[in-house]
Amino acid sequence: MRRRILPGFGLGLGYTLAYLGLVVLLPLAALAWKASGLGAAELWRLLAAPRTLAALKLSFGGALLAASVNALAGLLVAWVLVRYRFPGRRLFDALIDLPFALPTAVAGIALTTLYAPNGWLGGWLGTFGIKVAYTPLGVLLAMVFVGFPFVVRTLQPVLESLERDVEEAAESLGARRRQVFVRVILPLLLPTLLTGFALALARAVGEYGSVIFIAGNLPSYSEIAPLLIVQKLEQFDYAGAAALGTAMLLASFALLLAVTLLQRWSHRWAEPAR
Amino acid sequence: MSARRPDLPLRLRRGALVLAAVGFMALFLLLPLAVVFVEALRAGVTAYLASIRQPETLAAIRLTLLVAAIAVPLNLVFGVAAAWLMARFEFRGKALLGAFIDLPFSVSPVVAGLVYVLLFGAQGWFGPWLDAHGVRLVFAVPGLVLATVFVTLPFVARELIPLMQAQGSEEEQAARVLGASGWQMFARVTLPNIRWALLYGVLLCNARAMGEFGAVSVVSGHIRGLTTTMPLEVEMRYNEYDFAGAFAVASLLALLALLTLAVKSLLEWRYGGEIAGRARGGH
Amino acid sequence: MALELSRLSRHFTGFAALHEVSLRIAPGEFLALLGPSGSGKTTLLRILAGLDHPDSGSVSRDGEDFLAMGARERGVGLVFQHYALFRHLNVAENVAFGLRVRPRRQRPSPAEIDARVQRLLERVQLQGLGRRYPAQLSGGQRQRVALARALAVEPGLLLLDEPFGALDAQVRVGLRRWLRELHEELGLTTVFVTHDQEEALELADRVAVMNQGRIEQIGTPEAIYQKPATPFVCKFIGKANHLPLRRVQGRLDAGGWTPGDDPWQGVPARAVAYVRPEQLALDVPETAPGWTARLRHVYPAGGIAHLELAVDALAQVLEADIAAEELARCGLQPGAVLRVAPRSAAIFPLDDRTGDTVAGGRWSWSCRRHG
Repeated sequence: MRRRILPGFGLGLGYTLAYLGLVVLLPLAALAWKASGLGAAELWRLLAAPRTLAALKLSFGGALLAASVNALAGLLVAWVLVRYRFPGRRLFDALIDLPFALPTAVAGIALTTLYAPNGWLGGWLGTFGIKVAYTPLGVLLAMVFVGFPFVVRTLQPVLESLERDVEEAAESLGARRRQVFVRVILPLLLPTLLTGFALALARAVGEYGSVIFIAGNLPSYSEIAPLLIVQKLEQFDYAGAAALGTAMLLASFALLLAVTLLQRWSHRWAEPAR
Repeated sequence: MSARRPDLPLRLRRGALVLAAVGFMALFLLLPLAVVFVEALRAGVTAYLASIRQPETLAAIRLTLLVAAIAVPLNLVFGVAAAWLMARFEFRGKALLGAFIDLPFSVSPVVAGLVYVLLFGAQGWFGPWLDAHGVRLVFAVPGLVLATVFVTLPFVARELIPLMQAQGSEEEQAARVLGASGWQMFARVTLPNIRWALLYGVLLCNARAMGEFGAVSVVSGHIRGLTTTMPLEVEMRYNEYDFAGAFAVASLLALLALLTLAVKSLLEWRYGGEIAGRARGGH
Repeated sequence: MALELSRLSRHFTGFAALHEVSLRIAPGEFLALLGPSGSGKTTLLRILAGLDHPDSGSVSRDGEDFLAMGARERGVGLVFQHYALFRHLNVAENVAFGLRVRPRRQRPSPAEIDARVQRLLERVQLQGLGRRYPAQLSGGQRQRVALARALAVEPGLLLLDEPFGALDAQVRVGLRRWLRELHEELGLTTVFVTHDQEEALELADRVAVMNQGRIEQIGTPEAIYQKPATPFVCKFIGKANHLPLRRVQGRLDAGGWTPGDDPWQGVPARAVAYVRPEQLALDVPETAPGWTARLRHVYPAGGIAHLELAVDALAQVLEADIAAEELARCGLQPGAVLRVAPRSAAIFPLDDRTGDTVAGGRWSWSCRRHG
């Protein structure tokens, strides 16, 4: 091997690989091993159970929907925080990270208390016949909460570095504000928006703490997949838990891969020409 | 025509955008935060303090601090080693290694707990062997630490890698040419250049370590006073309909979150340039 | 100390940064590595500094294997292109760094380090700025800090990577002269990399012109300029008009002008001549060989003027330089018709089949009458 100028390659590589192997890869291998020990027929029987399917559908469908809501709301909030000056801007900017910093259990009981039928907002919404807590809508709400910072925080630096002269050029060519946004700004932001979307999605799919309180956890209605794993574990159904865990992992990877491909396509203008 | 004073419809539109954004943030960020403190203090300050002084709460606080005190330094050392490797060397499989470092962020915390139960639990790979030697990892403190290490693993590395890539290695090369040994170079050149980003990463890592719920919930076994961290204590009290108690403990965690945000904003404001290069988000 | 570089090669994926480069660096010499970007000059410098390693070849210093030594042990002072100052250390701490990281037994006492730093700061004319941080200095000051830091370890060899590249023109010229004086004072063997020929020709004792991983020519600045060894050197150093020659009736010829009997005894059918703009005579008598040219443009450039001359016989535009005074005296205006011919030229034979220049063949031609 060619001699390296800076020291510490061997040490860094050895330590990183050993640590990652012990903490992350070995345990995940144990999960895959346990699930594969079941056999295809048994795996299928476990995953195709109506209650499991419903939970997976809620987790992934809810997460997709929540990430989409976050993409829109995050774009709005990032735009306003970067482009406009208004009182309290710095405070709100600092608060964006609250869902990162606030423990999920705390967020969970706070959201539940707010949106329960007798809560601050729940009571008011109830007069319109809208039920949030203990319904899939509550699950969605909690998922939006935990994923919110991702889109804003990935978009902000890109928006800040967006050259104003590009917009001015578009305007000088006769484009109206809406056209400038749709034809110039949005395509430039799309790769970053998709990155934020993927991060919010990954977080929402696996989210547990903030969801279980507000969900009500009615089987086949408002029960998420991670909760089903916990329940299987509590019944000492380790194989079932491993099967569901593996399915969730594989499905999230497939979803993230799809988003990455989409992102690469949307970012094709940054690739070197071939 | 001038940009200084836009025409009325434009200003109205801007006002509407700002209002919508602020409304969303108030509804989603401020209100949940407010409800924690209001509910915690609903029964008065005396009751609040009493529920914090309960031995179970104090035990939970001690355990939370202990777990973070082990998990955060472990991931700090890992983060520095991984960042040095990723930002200073080219090697085959680097992209894959980067993906592995980020992996814990796309694994559900429940699955993170589950894998340790499958490894070290009674029916797990090492379960029988551990049992025979009287070692208990799952449903005990080591399991809590392991699960916490798993979910907080990427934080420090993710702050450092983009910064060190942006800084480049010229200063370190200069130190080598001037005769510095490997450790001298690291201590005198590398570390001073990344200290604020390091602190930033540790701060985020610590906030998550102290607040982690899903992963520790799976490996904890919920033995009150022994394996319940603060977030688990919140859950148990809430499920026992001790709402005031649940919110009292929750308020402590919320204060920690606010403190984290304050120090984080301070760091960004004061040392923004020295922690720049970090891709914001992705925590 | 004398350095002997022998057949150094360094390949990166896809291209050869260095190809069999051999070079001797004499003690106390001031050597410039001059070439366009990608010519391998920086790679060569980094190999000497111990920051890169050749795939093959050797470097010896007074007989010992230089490459076997680590970057730390070579006793080399390196000034990086962008200086690589430690941004968290002030100027004095930057300069002291190389002394402070020495093993305890070789480390000078703190008082001695301080004294040495003060002496160096005086030498680079930065006394009083020791407590400033790199970010608080101008580009020229940073460059001198980088130099003082490299000199603090008392190196046997000083390496400078594009030392003036990041500075503006005014500062550049001042620092250049100052560096030359410093070198004369210290007598330190110095190698510097540059893509600026003016810099190389003005500063260096010897210049090595590099192209595509090879040394095209090495010699004194005069030799490089007056007697370019290869077509690349002709084109890269200064400006040159490029004239294709064909053999007509036994003699090489370009549009009716011939340099006379060539030293190759009539072998190559084609050749190429490089003529410097100042080597183009503008007052050639009708009797002497030459071309009729029409003055198309005059570009005044301070003390001299660049003339653009259209030569129909060559179907080519030639460039000539004359002193501004001369221009005023002759009263030349665009549209004027002149008779021009080279005073001197570097002529290279071309291979009949490939059309490439033949290695080693060079004819330094000059006209007796107009010389």
